[in-house]
Amino acid sequence: MVESFFSDADALFLARFQFAFTVAFHIIFPAFTIGIASYLAVLEGLYLKTRKPVYQKLFRFWVKIFAVAFGMGVVSGIVMSYQFGTNWSVFSDKAGPVIGPLMGYEVLTAFFLEAGFLGVMLFGMNRVGEKLHYFATLMVAIGTAISAFWILSVNSWMQTPAGFAINDVGQFVVEDWFAVVFNPSFPYRLAHMLLAAYLTTAFVVGAVGAWHLLKDKTNAAARKMFSMAMWMALIVAPLQVFVGDLHGLNTQEYQPAKVAAMEGHFKSETQAPLYLFGWPNEETAEVDYAVKIPGLASIILKHDVNAEVTGLDAFPREDWPPVPIVFWSFRIMVGIGLLMVVIGLWAGIQRARGKLYDSSLLHRSALLMGPSGFVAVIAGWIVTEVGRQPWVVQGLLRTADAASPIAAEGVGASLLAFIVVYFLVFGAGTVYILRKMAGNPETVHIPEYAKAKPAGMAAERLMHEEE
Amino acid sequence: MDYALIWAILVAVAVFAYVALDGFDLGVAMLFPWFKKEADRDIMMNSVAPVWDGNETWLVLGGGGLLAVFPLAYSVLMPALYMPVIAMLLGLIFRGVAFEYRFKTRTNKHWWDLSFIVGSLVAALSQGIMLGAMLQGIKVVDRAYAGGWFDWLTWFSVFCGIAVVIGYLLLGATWLVMKAEGELQRRSYGLAFKFALGLVACITFVSLYLPWRDSAIAERWFSFPASIWLWVLPVVLAVVTIGLLRSLKQRQQGRPYLWSLGLFLVSFLGFAVSIFPYLVPRAITIWQAAAPDNSLKFLLVGAVFLLPIIFAYTGYTYWVFRGKVKADAGYHD
Ligand code: HDD
Ligand code: HEM
Ligand code: HEM
Repeated sequence: MVESFFSDADALFLARFQFAFTVAFHIIFPAFTIGIASYLAVLEGLYLKTRKPVYQKLFRFWVKIFAVAFGMGVVSGIVMSYQFGTNWSVFSDKAGPVIGPLMGYEVLTAFFLEAGFLGVMLFGMNRVGEKLHYFATLMVAIGTAISAFWILSVNSWMQTPAGFAINDVGQFVVEDWFAVVFNPSFPYRLAHMLLAAYLTTAFVVGAVGAWHLLKDKTNAAARKMFSMAMWMALIVAPLQVFVGDLHGLNTQEYQPAKVAAMEGHFKSETQAPLYLFGWPNEETAEVDYAVKIPGLASIILKHDVNAEVTGLDAFPREDWPPVPIVFWSFRIMVGIGLLMVVIGLWAGIQRARGKLYDSSLLHRSALLMGPSGFVAVIAGWIVTEVGRQPWVVQGLLRTADAASPIAAEGVGASLLAFIVVYFLVFGAGTVYILRKMAGNPETVHIPEYAKAKPAGMAAERLMHEEE
Repeated sequence: MDYALIWAILVAVAVFAYVALDGFDLGVAMLFPWFKKEADRDIMMNSVAPVWDGNETWLVLGGGGLLAVFPLAYSVLMPALYMPVIAMLLGLIFRGVAFEYRFKTRTNKHWWDLSFIVGSLVAALSQGIMLGAMLQGIKVVDRAYAGGWFDWLTWFSVFCGIAVVIGYLLLGATWLVMKAEGELQRRSYGLAFKFALGLVACITFVSLYLPWRDSAIAERWFSFPASIWLWVLPVVLAVVTIGLLRSLKQRQQGRPYLWSLGLFLVSFLGFAVSIFPYLVPRAITIWQAAAPDNSLKFLLVGAVFLLPIIFAYTGYTYWVFRGKVKADAGYHD
């Protein structure tokens, strides 16, 4: 190795920072593209069924926004798949035999499907018939969901490893693939993340609808999207709270130290209080400035006031996750989740009163909530990932032992490059997306579907004959 | 069954599929400087816009596949090639977003043109540099990379980088021969001819230099009579070169692209023969790098079943977008 001015600890810190930065950027795009791809499939399906032009307008309006977001999702995703090797090579060597095939399946079943049909979906409108076009849209939507399936299985295995043994060179070797894929936390994480993607999208769509309604209450396309989004909020937000609670109980069972950090419980105790706010102080093992409800944590986590809730004192100090980050990220996510429920209910009431399109206070609030899904998603991932520290593979492989032998200078340079490039490139993309969103959905340009079903020549010849 | 060997072949197929497909779209981007007219550039971009994402997915399969089936090789190569890998990823970001952004702006179009060109150039150059760095050998101690973080940078690796750039330019130009008409097509013929000569010169040089530098490679090629059958490759190379140049002279439409792929295929086989059975040359063989059999089997089942389906719908996409790209083919605005 070249002599380094920095220590190994610096290199590790930079590698962690780089991974956290790039993955947090990446997840912003899937959180939106998974939802919007399904939304597009719904819109096109509704159009083909009802032939109402409003659905076709909405489809054209959102497909352009989708295209930009998808492009950003792809390029930031490719970075992720190589970073396991560049920055976490020990992890790759050891866990490769388990997580590698799962990611291989992700490529084979999801990425090719998305990418293969994306071209037809975006550019094929006037080359294939409408049925085939709809098929392509469906494949893209299904592809994004399959992708979530595999990558969340990978991540969940790192949280709650199962179905493996360790061989003589220290690699994880699979004994039972079913147990690996469907590891204990996977069903909860998958459900929670998919709902998160749908909610994130619903609130973006709702905000765009609200923005156009604030300008013109009679805008038919805006009314339609606002209404659809608010139905989603009403139904999915409470569902998410419910699934989140189940997820937490599962975590309590398998990663109790993480839950202790989420709740700010330093001491194991009966009648444990629920801290609403406060600042967990790792030095004194107290929550400073606490606002708490006595006994409630015991009730939520154990469904019994007198049950004992495990605190961080049950774990050696070096196995604690960074408590304040986990504690606060959790509160941000849950806070946003509850706000989403409120918006959903409020819109439901206004709808019942026939005032869904007239309440400008509701529209302003929905506009404000537009980006909230992204914040909740990132906060949620921080809870999950930081809460797992100091482990990469829970209880088995420490993050500090998983990094590549790269000098801090190298990692520092790449980190700096990523930061500059991401803000520049994805900043520009965000501007283009916002500009598209500001355009009036009532006046989008609608290209013709091909007249005949068979693609290409036959269709072209037919069109010529008709002309 | 020898799963490691089967997987080595499959990974090689994936890498070749990547080069064959993404090669031309990186090449088309690097050809931008020769075509200044906006209308030409629109056609060039539209000729690859519907397929580039699928093409790049083979790169993801290459990386993901390596992690899955040869985790040791992946965890040695990635740190060893840290800088060029990161450079490639950054390059791919710039070019990937250009497809969408370029049509979304009026005032900043030239910036996204530049991002398309430079991003593609950096990606292609980095890929060639990685190839060169691998061929010159990588230092491994105790299952980990043991060199410095600039070891990859030598005149030879840079030479390989330039060779790959020229190769992709050739693929790009022959792709345009197939997809474009008129003036654009005419100029592509001329450019393709030059790049073809350049690429063949590079291939020849590397073929002479490597055995001279690396005695193991020399031994593989010059241990008569065992190696006699290997000498088919240089002969095929000569045949392919002549075929390519003739098809360009005769103004054929689709053949030049296929002949160019032939050039890549021959070089590819040449490398494979030279380094086999190593995956990380002179350090880790495919059997040492392989994941435990049950991981190899698990993914193989899926690959055998899914790859044909993937080839089918990828082919379908190309078929939908076949034929010449017209000026008014119109990207969605
Ligand atoms: C919950 C879903 C989810 C999560 C947690 C991740 N991704 Fe992702 N990823 C997707 C959902 C997704 C997607 C919806 O499938 C994307 C987003 C936009 C897109 O183009 O596909 C995608 C794109 C995408 C691509 C480009 C695919 C292509 O070429 O088409 C790669 C290589 C990755 N991702 C890899 C990763 C890695 C290594 C991750 C972990 C660190 C990761 N993703 C987290
Ligand atoms: C996409 C959403 C994700 C987000 C936002 C996210 C976020 C984070 C964050 C913030 C860290 C840093 C924790 C720390 O060091 O304190 C981290 C670590 C890590 N995550 Fe995730 N993660 C995500 C998904 C994944 C997935 C799907 C995987 C595995 C396939 C994964 C693998 C890792 C690894 C290996 C580390 C250890 C390196 C480190 O500590 O920085 N992450 N992640
Ligand atoms: C109030 C309701 C909510 C509760 C009780 C809740 C609960 C949880 C818990 C306990 C975790 C951590 C699980 C673990 O790491 O083991 C988590 C993670 C996460 N949350 Fe939430 N959550 C809620 C709302 C939301 C909302 C509204 C979103 C986004 C729109 C969201 C997005 C996420 C994401 C992306 C993760 C990381 C992935 C995962 O582990 O599933 N959550 N949530």
